Amino acid sequence: MNTILKREQLSPQVFRFRIDAPKIAQKRKAGQFIILRSSEEGERLPLTIANGNAKEGWIEIIFQVVGLGTRLLSELKQGDSLLDLVGPLGKPTHVENFGRCICIGGGVGIAPLYPIVCALKEAGNNLTTIIGARNKSLLILENEMKASSDQFIVATDDGSYGHHGFVSDVFNNLIAEGKKFDFAIVIGPAIMMKVTTGLTVKNGIKTFASLNPIMIDGTGMCGGCRVTVHGETKFACVDGPEFDASGIDWGLLVKRLDSYKLFESESLKKHACRLEGK
Amino acid sequence: MTENKNERFIKTKMKEQSPAARVGNFNEVPFGYTEDEARKEAKRCLQCKKPLCVEGCPVEVKIPEFIKCIADGEFAAAARKLKETNALPAVCGRVCPQEEQCEIKCVLGKKGEPVAVGNLERFAADWERENSQISIPTLKPKNGKKVGIVGSGPAGLTIAGELAKEGFDVTVFEALHEAGGVLVYGIPEFRLPKEIVKKEINYLEKLGVKIIRNYVVGKAATIDELMNEEKYDAIFVGSGAGLPSFMNIPGENFIGVYSANEYLTRSNLMKAYKDDALTPIIRGKSVVTVGGGNVAMDSARTALRLGAEHSIIVYRRSEAEMPARKAEVHHAKEEGIEFNLLCNPVEILSDEKGFARAIRCIRMELGEPDASGRRRPVPVKGSEYEIPCDVVIIAIGNSPNPLIPNTTPDIEVSKWGTIVADEKTGRTSKKQVYAGGDIVTGAATVILAMGAGKVAARSVVEDLR
Repeated sequence: MNTILKREQLSPQVFRFRIDAPKIAQKRKAGQFIILRSSEEGERLPLTIANGNAKEGWIEIIFQVVGLGTRLLSELKQGDSLLDLVGPLGKPTHVENFGRCICIGGGVGIAPLYPIVCALKEAGNNLTTIIGARNKSLLILENEMKASSDQFIVATDDGSYGHHGFVSDVFNNLIAEGKKFDFAIVIGPAIMMKVTTGLTVKNGIKTFASLNPIMIDGTGMCGGCRVTVHGETKFACVDGPEFDASGIDWGLLVKRLDSYKLFESESLKKHACRLEGK
Repeated sequence: MTENKNERFIKTKMKEQSPAARVGNFNEVPFGYTEDEARKEAKRCLQCKKPLCVEGCPVEVKIPEFIKCIADGEFAAAARKLKETNALPAVCGRVCPQEEQCEIKCVLGKKGEPVAVGNLERFAADWERENSQISIPTLKPKNGKKVGIVGSGPAGLTIAGELAKEGFDVTVFEALHEAGGVLVYGIPEFRLPKEIVKKEINYLEKLGVKIIRNYVVGKAATIDELMNEEKYDAIFVGSGAGLPSFMNIPGENFIGVYSANEYLTRSNLMKAYKDDALTPIIRGKSVVTVGGGNVAMDSARTALRLGAEHSIIVYRRSEAEMPARKAEVHHAKEEGIEFNLLCNPVEILSDEKGFARAIRCIRMELGEPDASGRRRPVPVKGSEYEIPCDVVIIAIGNSPNPLIPNTTPDIEVSKWGTIVADEKTGRTSKKQVYAGGDIVTGAATVILAMGAGKVAARSVVEDLR
């Protein structure tokens, strides 16, 4: 049941698990997510489905270690099983032939962007993809993204690879070159999405962003994942996770993401102490 | 003689943890009857020829019969009698509002206190479980018909038990990682220990009910797919009223503002009250709960146990209009919950980091009766005041979960989003699809949902015969 078929470490803090999940593999669409639990005391972790194969019956998730929950997950090995796995959840990405699409991914947000890029490509769009990370070692899915895009640009904050700077700078350069786009999708850290969608929206591009607020049940029951979009409260788990970026209250999202920062760093510390026997 | 007569009119008290002790733990508040106490209470029952109490019970528990068994010291027989009509007696004995269902009809209540039906039900179910006397009733032979049940809350579990006894092949689909619905995520440990829910669900599994956890009907498969591809002959929807309502006031999305569902789910289902749990919960020093129902009481009392120095209920009407059970309000008061009645929140204020720091309320006065027959609360101009707090819990109700209605195009839905189902049969507009519980009535009680499960079970038996 939900065995980890393959475990890869993509960067120091980022892991890719291939999980045996035939039902979800069959049903999932671009933009949807799963929720998993790795242990009895564990949290319910929401993660976007990064890839899947209906025929072979697996899905892939890519996650970054941020708290104790993701740390414990990362410590599972190939052949181990997840305790719980539920999905697919959330609304799929609205995919159609928009024309010229710009897909922008940052950090571990490149993972959820990948299935959307594939779906947009399949729908006949012309794709420009920008992916970025703090440095080269944190960059994921470069080859996969490149293969699905018509135009592909990499950026790193420290200049260790590709363009030196942010993905938003790269986008600005494209606009300066006179490039036009009909549709944009942006996924990454909240601050990156805030800045980048600010630019795409300013340039009159219909833009969606995929949000990752704190979540528990994933079916609309708890309301923990509420975000404000165009002045209205929405639940990311059932109304999203993708929303019209022009109406997202980014400030609130950023604040809410930090709700348990202290708790998380403390529980990570405790875990480290236990491991080292202190 | 007079003394005896007087005794007949007085309920046998159930001992409970003292308020001072219980606010420091999550253990159940009442201890339950001893065998002697139970027999003493059972002997008060007049064994009416035409028992009115049974009429008040949504699942038609054979009340005088099971009470007679207790009076005779036949405790296992009492439990079996209960289970003939009620699959979850240990749950009902604890959370049913008996005071407005069976006990209110008790003849003894006219001159004194009614028989403590709920306490006795709890006793019999607990005795059977604790003495490992749980027996499986004779099941009808398998009839080869498959029934799928959406949601493992009170409605779903009840119909599952009924149909399993009737020989159906029953599968329950639960979205969460644990079965029980509101019994596990909503009602706190100190009111309904989760071990008891687990045991009652184990009992259903022993009857042959299959429970598939982590399965969201409407996402993993729609109702049509279950019927057409997976060959279910009938589907019962008991998906509950799982969408929390908010007040739409400024500041409602600040950190530390929870829906009661989220707060209770973190504490109950995810065990955030335990030290080793990985799911966090903000342990507020001053916690304001908005609302006057049982869920509000549960939230405010949970906050106390999580270390709040002040746990404050804010309710816009007066105590008389509070929908919570009297016993719950009483327990809450004993524990030191502060009640700010006739006041209504208008805004939540935060610090610069977005953490809630106070709630601004306005005083209310009662005006003319409204559509519900209760006097309408009207704001008193200029009476705004602030209550400092670091956690706010919104417990003003839930609306139906739209997942099933949205993915089942041919099922009739009311303007409130509830599924339209015949009260007497549970039948919906879609053939061989039934519904009951909060998804039909809007947020109500455990026992009403169980009653609906029972009604629908009868229709399934009739329709699939």
